[in-house]
Amino acid sequence: MRPPKIILQIAPIFAALGQHRIATVLIVLQVALTLAVAGNALFVVVTRVVHLSRPTGTDESHLFVIRNNWKNGQDPAQIDAQIRADLAALRKVPNVRDAFSSEAFPLEAGYGLLTGLKLKADPIARPRLAVIYFADEHAIDTLGVSLIAGRNFRADEITTIGRYAKVSAPVIIITNSLARKLFADGSALGKTVYLPGGPALIVGILKSLQGPYAGSGATTRPFDEDNILFPARSSDPDGVIYLVRTTSSDAAPIISAALKALSTEGSARLIDPADGVLTLTQARHKGYATDRSVALMLSMVSGLLLLATAGGIVGLSSFWVSQRRRQIGIRRALGATAGDILSYFHVENFLIVTGGIALGSILAIVTNLGLMKFYAVGRLPVTALAIGAVLLWLLGQIAAYGPARSAARLPPVAAIRAA
Amino acid sequence: MWGYYVALAIRNSSRSKALTTLVIVLMSFGVAACMVCYAVFRVATEDPIPARSATLYVPQLDNFGPAKNTNGEPPDLLSYLDATALWQAQAAPHQTLVYPARWGVESNNPLVPPMSLAGDAVTADFFAMFDVPFHFGAAWSAADDRQHATVAVISPALNQRLFGGRNSVGRTIHVDGLALRITGVLDAWNPKPRFFDVAGSGPHSAFDDAGQIYVPFTVAVDLKKVSATWYCSANGINPDVASWNSFLHSECVWISVWVELPTTADARRYADFLRNYANEQQRAGRFAWNANIRLRKLLDWLAFERVVPQSSTLSMAVSGSFLLIALVNVIGLMLARFMRRAAEIGVRRALGASRRAVYRQFMTEAATIGLAGGLLAIALTLLGLWSVGWLFEPGIARLVHVDASLVTGTVVLAIVTTLASSLYPTWRAARVQPALQIKIDG
Repeated sequence: MRPPKIILQIAPIFAALGQHRIATVLIVLQVALTLAVAGNALFVVVTRVVHLSRPTGTDESHLFVIRNNWKNGQDPAQIDAQIRADLAALRKVPNVRDAFSSEAFPLEAGYGLLTGLKLKADPIARPRLAVIYFADEHAIDTLGVSLIAGRNFRADEITTIGRYAKVSAPVIIITNSLARKLFADGSALGKTVYLPGGPALIVGILKSLQGPYAGSGATTRPFDEDNILFPARSSDPDGVIYLVRTTSSDAAPIISAALKALSTEGSARLIDPADGVLTLTQARHKGYATDRSVALMLSMVSGLLLLATAGGIVGLSSFWVSQRRRQIGIRRALGATAGDILSYFHVENFLIVTGGIALGSILAIVTNLGLMKFYAVGRLPVTALAIGAVLLWLLGQIAAYGPARSAARLPPVAAIRAA
Repeated sequence: MWGYYVALAIRNSSRSKALTTLVIVLMSFGVAACMVCYAVFRVATEDPIPARSATLYVPQLDNFGPAKNTNGEPPDLLSYLDATALWQAQAAPHQTLVYPARWGVESNNPLVPPMSLAGDAVTADFFAMFDVPFHFGAAWSAADDRQHATVAVISPALNQRLFGGRNSVGRTIHVDGLALRITGVLDAWNPKPRFFDVAGSGPHSAFDDAGQIYVPFTVAVDLKKVSATWYCSANGINPDVASWNSFLHSECVWISVWVELPTTADARRYADFLRNYANEQQRAGRFAWNANIRLRKLLDWLAFERVVPQSSTLSMAVSGSFLLIALVNVIGLMLARFMRRAAEIGVRRALGASRRAVYRQFMTEAATIGLAGGLLAIALTLLGLWSVGWLFEPGIARLVHVDASLVTGTVVLAIVTTLASSLYPTWRAARVQPALQIKIDG
């Protein structure tokens, strides 16, 4: 049995490529560099997009926050009374579903109260890191998160906590992610864990709630999903954060109504006119601005890169065709069909691009190792390389089609005469 | 002769329009990508205070110890105990304490509601050390610092808002409820990056505008004003600090110290002083570890604080490799372009043209194409910079500017890269054997 025609073409292709060593090397090099750069760039794009599209677990589109600072000289009792009055006023604003006070909010990009949880009251045991949200019995409804086990706080469990107070509470609600890390067998509900200030009973487990550290930087922190709802109002003399959930997604009129309601509740507050109020949608937009711009820029450059490579292949292939008019004419005169010529150039292109992919894979891995050292970039998965390789093969075939077709169209006589 | 070569280049370009366009477009995109990223990068790496950056240092000392610090590195802020000790020691000609905070500001102007504004708690030397310009009045004195004088310096923007831009020296504003007398109004002063409190405000705020108000450090501490950033260990676990007083005496860090050391000998002496101080603390039983200090120069400090966003260096690397790939591409295309004209070269060589003449002709052609690429690259760079706010972090993007050096840099880079990528193709063209070409193609 004779091998298929395409296989038979390979030997003459290599012989022909030997005649154009430099041009071949240039295309191989270009494909290799493109795979190394675009492969890594698109990998970074994908990781950033995954990073910035993580859900907070809350009803983001209906939430806004008020950063409420206190004027100097209020004592904790005054502040707590003011917070309770403010919350009552906010909950009465039309189209406000619920509100609570905290010291941090999802997508805040920092400033959460990081704490350590231990399973035993052992001073030298390594604590597991988690972030605290101060909360009350309205927090779960305001955030729009769901309890998958246990119960909500009761109003009588909510206390006041000062800036330097020990972090301790009789009961806490934690996220499922944290519960699974503390108790792998899923038995966290009803267990006692140890906060720096003392033991706390886990009374509820939330399906998911993202911590306030998320929404900045390129790194996905290991404790981003490990959060604690802590039954307290903060009497920090600097200020407090009000989270408000609305019933309509048009927040602007509700925000102005809320600010108006607060303004009638005493003059002890200062709200920055520039960034005192923001919706979680705005917070997401702002917090992930860098990730978004990196993803956008790298995908643009990668796109241009692929176009450039395609352009280069078209340019060099048409040059080759013009150089080999005589050769093509002779082959056609000796009986080669237009399809033979076409497949010749496609096989040739496939072989060159394959060489480029082989070299490019090595370059891509080396580049990735370099990136891992200096940037928050993970290990390049083999599938990314495979996708890149398939893309480049396709790109090569498409780019080669034009020149190959014009070669195949050369009439045998014209080819001999013109050369 | 050069003019003739340029004319030849243009005639040849019009014969192979597609190829020429491809080369010009490739080159200009590669160059423009590099120049846009460079324009952002140069903003991010700018020296905020070139005249003084070589003499400004940040001392650090390890009050956390090996169990609580990050990989043996001392914290980037100082505790109240250490910061005030270094300040009182006056071991450098000038030193200042700095920490950023938000301040509740009220005035007697009934038209301006109370505001919460960003500003810094600093000591008197701050203004002289950092060449801060005054429009009205002057800084407060070192004696004011010691006497906890209720004074303040405000920004021109705040002066405009509260006093309509008039000389407000001697007037009073209320900061966190405390009446402060204005001693000075600054001229526009907005160093980029905002180096002086970068450890306290965080690298992500390094390109924010400077604050609106400066309050004496001693007064700020009396007001129990905490810094925007404070931490008591590198692992985020804070000890119990029951009150402001115990916070002040804790090992929690929140204050930046800057010292001015005119010569390297001064810097060496100051490092010795710092080491001695740490040793003393060890002897006194406060530190259970050997002295672990750092004394970083301003620019090293900015690098240590990672002020330059990673996205900026990453984009430089990516656009650089884009240009490299464009270069490889153009080598191939120029090779195709020149070798297509082997017959023409053969004729010219046969008629007496030297290899050098061929070199000249083709390099002129390359430079002409490079120039065209450069002009297109300028347009693309301007387009890129126009949309830079969309592609880069807004804080930095708004500082990006076009100047003559960027424009000339674009053209030069385009011409140099095109010439570089034409070296090999030209060499091949010059090697064409006259007789052979004529025989085959004639």
